[in-house]
Amino acid sequence: MATEKDFITKITPTWCVGCGNFGIWTALRQALAELGLEPHQAVMVFDIGCNGNGANWHGTYGFHGLHGRPLPIACGVKMANHELKVIAVSGDGGGYGEGGNHFIHTCRGNQDITYIIYNNHRYSLTTGQASPTSEHGAKTKSTPAGLIEYPFNGPQVALTCGATFVAQGSADEVVHLKELLKKAVSHPGFSLIDILQPCVIYNDKDIRQQYKQKVYKLEEAGYQPNDKMAAYQKAGETEKLPIGVLYEEIRPTYENQLPQLAKAPLVKQPVAVGDISEFLREFK
Amino acid sequence: MKNTQDFKNNKVFTWKIGGAAGGGQQVAGLIFTKACVHGGLFTFDSSEYPSRIRGGLVAYRVSISEKPVLAIYKDTQLLIALNREAFDYCLPDMTPDGVILYDRGKFEIKPEELKGKKAYPLPLEKLAQDAGIKPLAANIIITGAAAALLDYDLEILKEAIKDTFAAKGQEAAEMNLQAADFGYQYAKTNLLPDEFPYNLKVLKKNNDSIIATANDAICLGAVASGCKFMAAYPMTPASSILHNLAAWAEKSGLVVKHAEDEIAGIQMAIGAGFAGVRAMTATSGGGFALMVEGLSLAGMTEVPLVIVEAQRPGPATGLPTWTEQGDLSFVAHAGHGEFNRVVLAPGDPPEAFALTARAFNLAEKWQIPVFILVDKYIAEGHQSMPEPDLKDIKIDRGEVLTDEQLAKIKDFKRYLVTKSGVSPRSIPGQPGGAYLANSDEHDEFGYSIEGFTPEIRNAMVEKRAAKLKGILADLPGPELFGPKTAEITLIGWGSVKGPVLEALKALDGVNYLHVPAPWPLSKEIMEKSLKGVKKLVCIENNQVGQFANILSELCGIAVDERLTKYNGAQFFPEEVVELVNKLK
Repeated sequence: MATEKDFITKITPTWCVGCGNFGIWTALRQALAELGLEPHQAVMVFDIGCNGNGANWHGTYGFHGLHGRPLPIACGVKMANHELKVIAVSGDGGGYGEGGNHFIHTCRGNQDITYIIYNNHRYSLTTGQASPTSEHGAKTKSTPAGLIEYPFNGPQVALTCGATFVAQGSADEVVHLKELLKKAVSHPGFSLIDILQPCVIYNDKDIRQQYKQKVYKLEEAGYQPNDKMAAYQKAGETEKLPIGVLYEEIRPTYENQLPQLAKAPLVKQPVAVGDISEFLREFK
Repeated sequence: MKNTQDFKNNKVFTWKIGGAAGGGQQVAGLIFTKACVHGGLFTFDSSEYPSRIRGGLVAYRVSISEKPVLAIYKDTQLLIALNREAFDYCLPDMTPDGVILYDRGKFEIKPEELKGKKAYPLPLEKLAQDAGIKPLAANIIITGAAAALLDYDLEILKEAIKDTFAAKGQEAAEMNLQAADFGYQYAKTNLLPDEFPYNLKVLKKNNDSIIATANDAICLGAVASGCKFMAAYPMTPASSILHNLAAWAEKSGLVVKHAEDEIAGIQMAIGAGFAGVRAMTATSGGGFALMVEGLSLAGMTEVPLVIVEAQRPGPATGLPTWTEQGDLSFVAHAGHGEFNRVVLAPGDPPEAFALTARAFNLAEKWQIPVFILVDKYIAEGHQSMPEPDLKDIKIDRGEVLTDEQLAKIKDFKRYLVTKSGVSPRSIPGQPGGAYLANSDEHDEFGYSIEGFTPEIRNAMVEKRAAKLKGILADLPGPELFGPKTAEITLIGWGSVKGPVLEALKALDGVNYLHVPAPWPLSKEIMEKSLKGVKKLVCIENNQVGQFANILSELCGIAVDERLTKYNGAQFFPEEVVELVNKLK
């Protein structure tokens, strides 16, 4: 049985000292190991960004694709081999900006994919510009006069578009995040985890303390994640920040509704000269 | 070259139906074409339609011959004009002895407009009323009338109608059969069939041929080649690939995904290809423009991928429902950075089938993106052809490691530097094969390279580039049609093949070199193919002569003349004859 160490490659992480990503990395490795997965049974699909650089030290099958595109790659992998655990990783910029359309439509489709958003409210790898989740008025290199737009709320959009598992986590609450990731990865259908991820370079200097003061655990507040309207309201809280499962429902997954996959994953079906006689009849 | 009499040994009969969109003339035309093929005749058809669902002008044209016919002829012997627009539009193509049937319920023709041609009224709405047929089936009256005038076998026509409407239930089939009968009797009594200057004879009962478009052939080829996944976003004239494969999905076992956009379409196909299945996408030029970053990704990650690009005239939205070979330069050069890709350009549906099978092999063998480049003319034009022979299909998946092979490898290097440039791959799910497919430049394991590491960068660039040698040797070579030596040698790719081959029947001292793989080109092979050529003339359905430029770019070979056409229509055989004769 694999341990969390088996999900580490020989590459040394290049994230900044103190980066919130380390907490997510640890929680994810532990979650995968505790779920009994072997490294070859999972495919992780990464965006471009600080999160995506992590592709090099996550020891599963990996695909480090293009900015904003991890979801359609993940969908393709999952349709080709639905026996694999497929985890897509993005940031608030790639996931909600460049890849916004894919996010909306994967929520609709309910592909059995876990989507982890490393949300630090900035484009950090490109030196801290405003992102779709940045606060109104944020002064950054690309918005020196203050950001005019209001923030994009990933969990609320996911709820609206039909995601069947929506959660919020915190990079600094590693044990809590590990349990959350285990639930998300085990959930049959599309699961979103939007993770508060402190950026020690481009967020406020006291970002960790801010999160520490604001964050509270939904399960400790007696919250039940089965009411979409309540989830929508919870996801909109800004004074205090809820972490935990906001919403979960069971709906048939995209792959479950493809009769072509009923017998075996596509990749396990033989690649042989296909019978076309039936289709030829249409052209007679 | 004004009329078919000049094609003495290859008499071709062409008829055209034109009317408002939604009038069912394409369905009627296709049924008659099927009836011709069932009678052992050969056909090639083409539809012209506007980018709207109702109204406008929709025309269906088919050329029919006792011998294989590979293009649409311009000279039209029979016109069925269902409205004034169709009459005005189609009249200039009519031969002097051509005959017109027109819907007098919709418009009148003044005798002086006919310039000696015969015209008979065919008031469809009234006829349908008289016969007690629903207006929906009025279009089928045309097929019966045409059969009567051409003295063609009504029973064969009725078989074709039965086939077409079988799926829609007994009632629909009966009504349409009744419409054909009625049209036949009406024409026999009212339209003077004895005076009609043409007839079509059944040669033999033929149930072995099919009529298919290049898009249809690509779909059949994909299923036959073990393709398992297709993702696309609709765009004319590529959409019928998505439609066919989606309709067949449950039976063929393919997963067909209508993606949220073209960007997702190509990414999903790359994801599926990475996960180990044969995967494809299909689009037109504008959709491919959105896919370009994905093309580059496939180049970097070395994921096998087949992309169908069905061209229509650009730039931008261009002429959505017309034809052009305007995207060869685009697909050949698309994508940031340097990487290998192959462009296959079938000239007709049978070739589209064969090259589709080849595309999947090339993609997997060389771990590269492979294009199948067609255009509206053949993507939506049907040609009668023999059933494709599956015996011609060989599946070659290239270097895929087995579990046993992987078990023997200690540290698996997915991007191992090899002489051929191809590195054996693992499939996600295989123990011991985990690796990173990386859009960043990477080392042999797939890990991003950090800092300035020229030796790794050079090794990887050179590894990917090294594939070119093997690819060039693996491509279908140019094919010469016509006499071995000639005064003029035409050179082309893709859909000009049909019109040129038809034109060759009427040209002396002219041959044609068809290039099925216009990118990349082997200088050596092209020089050998063109040895002794006296006058080299490219013929292309675009404005600049894109292939001629590529020939110069890659092989240093300059053409002497460029025959180009870019008004939205394909070349007609008559036109090719005229243009080539002018060069003599």
